[in-house]
Amino acid sequence: MSDTQSRKPKGAIARFLAASPDSVGKTIFVAVAVCLVASMIVSAAAVSLRPVQEANKLKDKQVNVLQVAGVFEPGIDVTEAFAAFEPHVLDLATGDFVDDQFDPATFDDLAAASDPELSVALDDDPAGIGRKAKYRVIYLLRDDAGALDKAILPLHGYGLWSTLYGFIALENNGNDIYGLQFYQHGETPGLGAEVDNPRWKALWNGKKLRDDAGDLQITVAKSQPAAGPDFYIDALAGATLTSVGVDNLVKFWMGDAGYGPFLAKLQAGDL
Amino acid sequence: MSQTKKELLVDPLVDNNPITLQVLGICSALAVTSSLQVAFVMALAVTFVTAFASMFISILRNQIPGSIRIIVQMVIIASLVILVDQILKAYAFQISKTLSVFVGLIITNCIVMGRAEAFAMKNPPVASFIDGIGNGLGYGLILMLVGFIRELFGSGSLFGVTILQTVNNGGWYVPNGLLLLPPSAFFVIGLLIWAFRTWKPNQVEDREYKIQQAEAH
Repeated sequence: MSDTQSRKPKGAIARFLAASPDSVGKTIFVAVAVCLVASMIVSAAAVSLRPVQEANKLKDKQVNVLQVAGVFEPGIDVTEAFAAFEPHVLDLATGDFVDDQFDPATFDDLAAASDPELSVALDDDPAGIGRKAKYRVIYLLRDDAGALDKAILPLHGYGLWSTLYGFIALENNGNDIYGLQFYQHGETPGLGAEVDNPRWKALWNGKKLRDDAGDLQITVAKSQPAAGPDFYIDALAGATLTSVGVDNLVKFWMGDAGYGPFLAKLQAGDL
Repeated sequence: MSQTKKELLVDPLVDNNPITLQVLGICSALAVTSSLQVAFVMALAVTFVTAFASMFISILRNQIPGSIRIIVQMVIIASLVILVDQILKAYAFQISKTLSVFVGLIITNCIVMGRAEAFAMKNPPVASFIDGIGNGLGYGLILMLVGFIRELFGSGSLFGVTILQTVNNGGWYVPNGLLLLPPSAFFVIGLLIWAFRTWKPNQVEDREYKIQQAEAH
């Protein structure tokens, strides 16, 4: 830029551009200008793309509900298929729906777990989640005649590295498992992440939660428990801690501290 | 200009590769190479950020005060990275879930800063843009090579398409679990550096010291 020094710059802007960048005034100006332009670009992108991103998140959740209920096929209209599911906000302690207090479409039960008003701290915490929301959003699937077909319940708990978030689908008797699926986790690829393996997920189909005496017997373990094959899921090879985590979280959420009261209602056929 | 535009684009692929010669950007090369699809998107994102960051910094190079130049570069790089992250979240949701924090960490990728400081501050915008593309592609090339080895032998697939049917899915191939873990990328990158330097011996660094011959008493 040697020629700008020989010529006399004209106008305020040209003079400013030709000024040494190391002067105090120009340093401040450049800092403010760069920040201003960058912040405008970033906020414009964030604001304009937010609707698409929210739609993606919602669709992702809906696809997972559809998959665990066994009605997902590639290429189907997710929103339309999901409309068959009835969302409800469930009070875990009583097993009653509290749809009049919260809107099932917008209630965020994972955010509620960190809200002191809506959650309780757990002393006995096998799933490693710290706090439990008092309310959770569940989904009911009815057949064409309006009779209850399946209930899809969210569950989560700690594995080896991460919290696993997923859904369990139960048949209308509240005891038979239709499927289990995790939609978010950070377990070891090839080992713990095999919770996503279709062959392992298929093991859950047809298993039972409780025996005839009403005791919770479902177990993820390396060898079959005394209760028998109906209650036994073979643990993942090479992923003992993830398997123990899944065992704990399923037992916790299916137990009395979790969906117990609601499952009792399902079994009684009250829905 | 000492280098032609073609040299700017091609040199960083092998002769001046940011990973194998300069040994920069290793962190993300470990983290995102367990599957080819993810590595590909990451390579695209880094190429985009490096190219445009270099270009914008080069346009402003005569106006950037020396005392705050690193901060100004960081602001430009960070804005571009956020832009990429937002676009991925909107249009490639599944991949952005897998990449998660590593897109944000492009900000700290030494390659981007390195090109801004070493090249874009001293060269015109077009040359800087091409230099950014070249270095992004050099990074991407190594990512794809590492991803190819790790996905093929770790999961038995390429781009998610099964090549070697694994035992877990009823096939015959027992996958090498180590290749799915980040440390394996160290071995693969190390072997690649060895291969590159055997092929191009001028990449071998001079010894920093010589072992003294022990004198017999």
